[in-house]
Amino acid sequence: MLLTSYLHAFGEYLVLMARTFSRPERFRMFWKQYVKEMAQLGVDSIGIVLLISFFIGAVICIQIKLNIESAWMPKWVSGYVTREIMLLEFSSSIMCLILAGKVGSNIASEIGTMRVTQQIDALEIMGINSASYLILPKLIGMLTMIPLLVVFSTTSGIIGAYATAYIGHILTPAHLTEGIQYDFNQWYFWMGVVKSVFFAFIISSVSAYYGYRVKGGSVEVGKASTDAVVTSSMLILFSDLFLTQLLS
Amino acid sequence: MIELFELRKSFEDKKVLKGISTTFESGKTNLIIGQSGSGKTVLMKCIVGLFEPTSGKVLYDGRDFVRMTKKERMALRREMGMIFQNAALFDSLSVLENVMFPLDMFSEESYAFRRKRAQFCLDRVNLTDAAHKYPGEISGGMQKRVAIARAIALQPKYLFCDEPNSGLDPKTSLVIDDLIHSITLDFKTTTIINTHDMNSVMGIGDNILYLYEGRREWEGSKDEVMGAENERLNSFIFASDLFRKVKENAI
Repeated sequence: MLLTSYLHAFGEYLVLMARTFSRPERFRMFWKQYVKEMAQLGVDSIGIVLLISFFIGAVICIQIKLNIESAWMPKWVSGYVTREIMLLEFSSSIMCLILAGKVGSNIASEIGTMRVTQQIDALEIMGINSASYLILPKLIGMLTMIPLLVVFSTTSGIIGAYATAYIGHILTPAHLTEGIQYDFNQWYFWMGVVKSVFFAFIISSVSAYYGYRVKGGSVEVGKASTDAVVTSSMLILFSDLFLTQLLS
Repeated sequence: MIELFELRKSFEDKKVLKGISTTFESGKTNLIIGQSGSGKTVLMKCIVGLFEPTSGKVLYDGRDFVRMTKKERMALRREMGMIFQNAALFDSLSVLENVMFPLDMFSEESYAFRRKRAQFCLDRVNLTDAAHKYPGEISGGMQKRVAIARAIALQPKYLFCDEPNSGLDPKTSLVIDDLIHSITLDFKTTTIINTHDMNSVMGIGDNILYLYEGRREWEGSKDEVMGAENERLNSFIFASDLFRKVKENAI
């Protein structure tokens, strides 16, 4: 029974995606929506991404310095580990989990509210493909903005690590710089970006699906929003496992 | 003109529409009335294509909507305007942008023309001053008028109104009724109104279809309602003391 309902939901999701990836009726309206969504979903998230990444970068650096470094370890190990954690996992996977909460709930509740207030019906009556009009700009906007947010996150994390050196004097800036530059593999940067593209698709499409299928009122919109965040987070974690194996 | 032939709709085992046949003529306000659960909303949704009928035909000037391809339906929908019960305006757009929306989507005209047309529609519903406000900043009656302006922006041939007076005071309801009626006459639209409001029935009911348990129970004009001998219709329309007295006086 549970399997049937999962398969049914997956089928509905595929049908919705097929409707979403159709040619927009009017490209000028699509661009307008696309720019709006990039601002709403991406630009409005820059602040929280920078803030969280800055402190996490700083905390990782302090933790490694205080708990891992010893006389047997080179002085640059804190910088090296901070860079690797930020690049490989935090800025792509963990940041996307955080964004699944912020952006995913936003998408699901916005589309869900439009559904229960008949705004989606109004679009359909006008002869507009509501899935394409509402979801496609969000999806493309997220695919554009999330990789940029990942870059901002990594940069902010590294700045956070430098803050521990310059302000906290936990380690010397020279040792930190040496660690950050040590044995740098450019692919790790691209791996984070590639993973974030997949996660962006998961967050936007899954949240849009939960919002689009809402039936009822405000309680159902709230539930859809929660379901969207939970499902997106789980799918991000599962796909992170496979993508890390695949890309490493 | 919209014609229905033996229209049926079931949800699993529950039969909601049980073979409705009727004709809604253009240039007339056609009212669908009936008790809650009689199938009015389902009928309206089947006509506009939000629900697929189980069987039967819906003909828009001879074109069978049920058997149309997706593309043909999309094209026909551009000839429709709909006013929803709660207006269904787009929250993120201003009043003017809401009215311009169908024009932006489907009109090939310049921005200046589209804006002028939207302003004309807002003037038509006496809402020129509210053009730059957002739906959340205006009253329910004003929202309904914006919905009417949006619905007529593309000069539709078919106008659908789902409970246009719900939640409005009697005076505003009359304004909305008059507006819909005059638009129907001016643009020769085929207007179908789903309503509970007996003032609308008596005021603008050029053609009234009374549904009872998913069946066409009675059909006639507002003038014929007074003399109708259908018991179910009479107990529905003349349920209040006021309307009973009006009928007694009329007789």
